[in-house]
Amino acid sequence: MDKHLIEFKNVFKTFDSDEVLSNINFHINENEFLTLLGPSGCGKSTLLRIIAGFESPTSGNVYFEGNDLSSIAPYERKVNTVFQKYALFPHLDVYDNIAFGLRIKKLDSKEIDAKVKKVLDMVNLSGFEKRTVSSLSGGQQQRIAIARAIVNEPKVLLLDEPLAALDLKLRKGMQLELKNMQRELGITFIYVTHDQEEALTMSDTVVVMKNGTIQQIGKPTDIYNEPVNAYVADFIGESNIISGVMKKDCLVNIMGIDMDCVDTGFDTDENVDVVIRPEDVRISEVDDAMICGVVESVIFKGVHYEMVIVSDDFKWLVHDTAKYDIGKKVSLFVKPFDIHIMKKS
Amino acid sequence: MYKKSLSYPHLVWMTLFVVAPMLLIFFYAFTHSDSNGAAGFTLDNFTKFVEPLYIKVMLNSIWIALLSVVFCLLFGYPVAMILANKDRRRASLGKKPGGLLMLFVMPMWMNVMLRLYSWLTILQPDGLLNRFLNLLGLPQVNLMYTYSAVVLGIVYDFIPFMIMPIYSVLIKIDESVIEAAQDLGANKYKVFFKVILPLSMPGVVSGITMVFLPALTSFYISDFFSGGQFMLIGNLIEKNFKNPDLRNFGSAISIILMAFAFLSMHVMKIFNKSNRQMDMF
Repeated sequence: MDKHLIEFKNVFKTFDSDEVLSNINFHINENEFLTLLGPSGCGKSTLLRIIAGFESPTSGNVYFEGNDLSSIAPYERKVNTVFQKYALFPHLDVYDNIAFGLRIKKLDSKEIDAKVKKVLDMVNLSGFEKRTVSSLSGGQQQRIAIARAIVNEPKVLLLDEPLAALDLKLRKGMQLELKNMQRELGITFIYVTHDQEEALTMSDTVVVMKNGTIQQIGKPTDIYNEPVNAYVADFIGESNIISGVMKKDCLVNIMGIDMDCVDTGFDTDENVDVVIRPEDVRISEVDDAMICGVVESVIFKGVHYEMVIVSDDFKWLVHDTAKYDIGKKVSLFVKPFDIHIMKKS
Repeated sequence: MYKKSLSYPHLVWMTLFVVAPMLLIFFYAFTHSDSNGAAGFTLDNFTKFVEPLYIKVMLNSIWIALLSVVFCLLFGYPVAMILANKDRRRASLGKKPGGLLMLFVMPMWMNVMLRLYSWLTILQPDGLLNRFLNLLGLPQVNLMYTYSAVVLGIVYDFIPFMIMPIYSVLIKIDESVIEAAQDLGANKYKVFFKVILPLSMPGVVSGITMVFLPALTSFYISDFFSGGQFMLIGNLIEKNFKNPDLRNFGSAISIILMAFAFLSMHVMKIFNKSNRQMDMF
């Protein structure tokens, strides 16, 4: 069994009677790449700040290697943070920024030199030692911020939307680099983001949050394939979410049509959310299918076309490699195991 | 685009009231005036200053100005920091800055004589301070008409000029930079000495210049608090300038003072620059 490095127990956090975190219970394993995923304001950053020590829970406990964190000041914790806005020291050059933590630990200058060189090499910025922070690009500043944190060899690296300010291409590159870095260093990464794709790409474990509560914890594939509710399904990638009624086990009624599915365990005539991924909807031109609709819009997305197909006032989002012209009448099919039934939330 | 012609009134104003008087002072400083009104070039006014008596006045003034700066900094920095921390916390909650800063600036809007006389009622031998000490059974102090009183007066009068620039630099320091320092293992003393203080140096430097130069040249405060018995450089200039026969010497002293001011500003600038690249501790 994995060792629990950090454990949250019944953690609540309120700001001015605003509940930001509500009964958070989960644990983080050693050497795990864990992502806290959710829209802005869902409490994910607050969770991170509690681990770093900049906030403390209103009630509940957080344990680090079995010890209660509440009595440990931020500067005594074995964690380091990569801040969203980098937060580099503007009065220090690149070298001094990275050496900041090592100097506080009073390492001798030779050791500091070696360590700074090593991390600069790791973030591909060798030779930037004497540059001022303000002369660096956003991407370079981000690398320095990462270097400044990992040079201290923390047990846990906390990353608060570190790539949010970078452009798409740079972001993709950094995602891979971060993942490699985590493997190489063998330390725990706790990563906060609102970008579901980023979360799925990098994480071992994804924690999906909404309004201060945890919705689902799981591997990226589990979260994507087996979302626990319509919220998670919608947040993790695009989905068609349709209200339906469960007729019996493995039979659901959507928009007046009975469809076979693979879900069981619901009450007869229970109202449910039906989630169908856009790539799971098949289009054909014959009009004898269960669902008939008219193509309303077509957008070219590179690998596939994204189409909106209107049927009985419901707009289906469909991904297909073939293009169907606007106004064309088409039929839609969904295979039983691509229909995901969820309890109404 | 602004029209160039709009700047002409300003140009005229500057010429009439800044450039012309300066030239006049330079003219006076390098000439001598006889009883018959004729003027000729001379450096006598400057050589006259190199005399133990005047040098002593100069050094005395510098010493008092320096003391005042040190006290302004010692009292002003913590005040600026408390105010900035408060207002930053308010800002993080989406509130506007509090009115506390106003309390420190407001006295500047009051008549200076009024402010100085209020000190008289506090400091004079049977004033509030001594009556209070009496009440506690402590020995009396005689502060009025001492150098301490002069320094006190200068500190009191100029401390807002120290608080304001430091405050405005402190309030702009990004909270996350402070958090980053804590995150990297700095306790609050190290956060202060390694991050906050170096980042606030521009404010400290402009605070020092804004206090040091006026403190060096002020004459009414020293006049008032010393009862006119101490001669500082400001008083010396005032005294010489009032007398038409000594105006040339007065001009020379003000030029010497001006040169000194330029020099000290330059030193501060160099200090400020090297400080940015240098770790404080």
